Amino acid sequence: MVGLFRALGACLLLSPALAAAQINMPRGVTPVSQEIYGLHMYVIWIVAGIMAVVYGVIIFSLIRHRKSKGAVAAKFSKNNLLEIVWTVVPLIIITAIAVPSIRVLINMDDYDAADLTVKITGHQWKWQYQYLDHGIGFFSSLATPMAEVLGVEDKDEWYLLEVDEPLVLPTDRKVRFVVTSNDVIHSWWVPELGIKRDAVPGYMYEAWARIQQPGIYRGQCAELCGVNHGYMPIVVKAVSPQAFEQWVAERAKAPPLAETPKDWTLTTVMKRGAALYDQNCAACHGYDGNGMPPTFPALRDSSIATSTDVNRHIDLVMHGVPNTAMQAYAPQLDDEELAAIITYERNAWEHDTGDLVLPAQIQARRK
Amino acid sequence: MANGATAAAVPQSVPKRMIAFIVRWTTATNHKDIGTLYLCTALLNLFLGGTLALCIRAELFIPGLQFVEPNFFNTLTTMHGLIMLFGFIMPVAVGFANWLIPMMIGAPDMALPRLNNMSFWLLPTATIMLVSTLFMDGGAPNFGWTMYAPLSTTYGPPSTDYMIFAVHMLGISSIMGSINIITTIATMRAPGMTWMKLPVFVWTWLVTAFLLIGIMPVLAGAVTMMLFDRNFGTAFFDAAGGGDPLLFQHIFWFFGHPEVYVLALPAFGIISQIIPTFSRKPLFGYRTMVMATILIGFLSYIVWAHHMFTSGMPYGAQLYFMLATMLIAVPTGMKVFNWITTMFRGSISFETPMLFAIAFVFMFTFAGCTGVMLAVAPADFQYHDSYFVVAHFHYVLVNGLTFAFLAGAYYWYPKFWGRMYNERLGKIHFWLSTISVNVLFFPQHFLGLAGMPRRIPDYALQFVDFNFISSIGAFVFGFSQLIFVYNMISSRHRGAPASDQVWEGAEGLEWTLSSPPPHHSFQTPPRVD
Repeated sequence: MVGLFRALGACLLLSPALAAAQINMPRGVTPVSQEIYGLHMYVIWIVAGIMAVVYGVIIFSLIRHRKSKGAVAAKFSKNNLLEIVWTVVPLIIITAIAVPSIRVLINMDDYDAADLTVKITGHQWKWQYQYLDHGIGFFSSLATPMAEVLGVEDKDEWYLLEVDEPLVLPTDRKVRFVVTSNDVIHSWWVPELGIKRDAVPGYMYEAWARIQQPGIYRGQCAELCGVNHGYMPIVVKAVSPQAFEQWVAERAKAPPLAETPKDWTLTTVMKRGAALYDQNCAACHGYDGNGMPPTFPALRDSSIATSTDVNRHIDLVMHGVPNTAMQAYAPQLDDEELAAIITYERNAWEHDTGDLVLPAQIQARRK
Repeated sequence: MANGATAAAVPQSVPKRMIAFIVRWTTATNHKDIGTLYLCTALLNLFLGGTLALCIRAELFIPGLQFVEPNFFNTLTTMHGLIMLFGFIMPVAVGFANWLIPMMIGAPDMALPRLNNMSFWLLPTATIMLVSTLFMDGGAPNFGWTMYAPLSTTYGPPSTDYMIFAVHMLGISSIMGSINIITTIATMRAPGMTWMKLPVFVWTWLVTAFLLIGIMPVLAGAVTMMLFDRNFGTAFFDAAGGGDPLLFQHIFWFFGHPEVYVLALPAFGIISQIIPTFSRKPLFGYRTMVMATILIGFLSYIVWAHHMFTSGMPYGAQLYFMLATMLIAVPTGMKVFNWITTMFRGSISFETPMLFAIAFVFMFTFAGCTGVMLAVAPADFQYHDSYFVVAHFHYVLVNGLTFAFLAGAYYWYPKFWGRMYNERLGKIHFWLSTISVNVLFFPQHFLGLAGMPRRIPDYALQFVDFNFISSIGAFVFGFSQLIFVYNMISSRHRGAPASDQVWEGAEGLEWTLSSPPPHHSFQTPPRVD
């Protein structure tokens, strides 16, 4: 079957790159992914055998028993023995497939004795990772610039599969994942780890991995989760246990909350705010602030972004609007980032309110 | 009406004739008229859904965003799915049922002709309502045809409520149609037409009708709960309110899996009529075919959660749904083996319907094999929601079922209209379609295995080559279907007159009628021995 796939791939040779294009499931770097791969190949060979027999008989009949060759139709229309055979044989085949499948399923379900636990929370459209044993947590979102998506700039090698901050994991340790969601259903899929788990709000869904070799493993959200479903990649960086400990130690030294930076002026903040807005807000509210009403309201000329009540604007961004797509950003972004975004929204698109929001104002309104 | 002399004989002005035309078709109760209405509606929807599919493939031709916004892309995949399932495949099967069941069992019409009229007219009404959402503020539904909550409830666009009502109407239409079909088969068989003499097509539709009556109310329940969650403050599917998002998936797939067989069984029936005709040999194992149909119908009710292996089910549930799903391979395998044995030692000829039927057996078997792969729960953790699944179900629905319905269209065309279609154009259509549909969907298996998720408007660079090939196949396949339409329309008047039996090996009551059959056939029931 694989040979057949390869042959067909070669026939369709279109560009030199095609020869390198992947046509099969990756073997992966965890025991589970390798067992899945083994099962996958085993079943492929079985169904290839079935197809060979079925197609063989059809092609034989089509060649030998054609009217134009003077074939005269036989009259038989039943044969009990034959029918029993082709009921029993498939039953044997599916038993042969089911038995090893059950073994793999049991192994996949073994979440005990994990060395560390990572909680994965899906958000529209980014992933949040929390190392429950280390008190570390962060968000990980797409790092590909919009200009590459729109074709203004050349696409990078890892177009759409690169993030601002990867999930760092140790090799040779049993990592347990608990997957959930903050809004709609997402699905955390990294083929090389052999893990796909739907992130369902209100549920905690477990998975585990023992990564065998250091490297960078990439995946994507697999369950349709709204507008930017195609733009929430996953990057896992597997490092040696020592390197991981080192990373944890560095990460735990959280930078002290800064005073208002010296260069907190409208010009610099607007620039920073624009970049953050594009990354966090533009998916729904549009790069031009026009949104997609009525689900995603326009910010341009909106009462919230233009009124004198700055705190109302700050609260809305920080705490979201329940039962709508507007999520709470207070846990996702730090004070400076929020201040920059809100400043941007209050001055972009000819709003020109002149408001410069300070990080301290954000801190004061954190609950 | 320039020529007054001929017009005088039938004194009708153009508007009057138009009114007469509209009245004739809107008030039609004849099973043949309603069958034609269903088939024409299905064809229109095929092109509508196909146009949306070509928009999808155009966007996926190369990476990056070229033609559509991500939100509109989601709308395209949603509407493509809904229109193809509810607007094309279901109606085309009902169209064949309306035309053929009365003629095959020797009945003068369907049992409930007025109900039949209403079942049909709900369909275009609902379809128009569904399509109208494309022009609404906030856009059409954009959460996939599976309408998973909470994306469709809390986060769905306002037009979702229109979609919900459209689904309700389609459900009512299907339920009424099914009642009609069951009543007709149960009560209107000609003398001597015993249950075990019914053509296999009639049997498959009988089981299909029971499936529809079982599942459509469940879908109606699911979308009603959606409606309440959206508008009346309930929390059936909202975890924050004590509800359960997975409940929606269970209810939806309790409808959704039997739905697959609702679509597939009539196609199996058509193939079971065509293969014996062109093999000039009776269908092998009629009794097994009937048993397998009933068994498939039953099993289809108890395997739904194999669509949810990655949603988070307890280990025991995964095990059960894996094993039950694998069991379906047995009756489905029986059917394929019976078709093949019917061809074996036959006297086969290769007219267009037979070509499509053979292609169906080839490609449907392939789809069945990837189906067995998908049933393997651990491996499904890699396949699920990837392009491998997209390839699998398009092999079922397009390479499989659509080919079967095209086979049926060519097979009965001469009987319905009394004229032969153009065989040469039919063969060109066949070869173009068969090659292009494989160029379209085969590479998608590779994409899925390599890790491309479904329903994304843009993709990483490792997926470039196969998406490119797939899109080329899509456009060739799409435009090839125009040959079919041209053939059907032009042969209506220009085709050679067809004999009553049409095909040398054709057997069954419908071939004893004239071609085309009288508007009211079998006014006196035939005797079947």
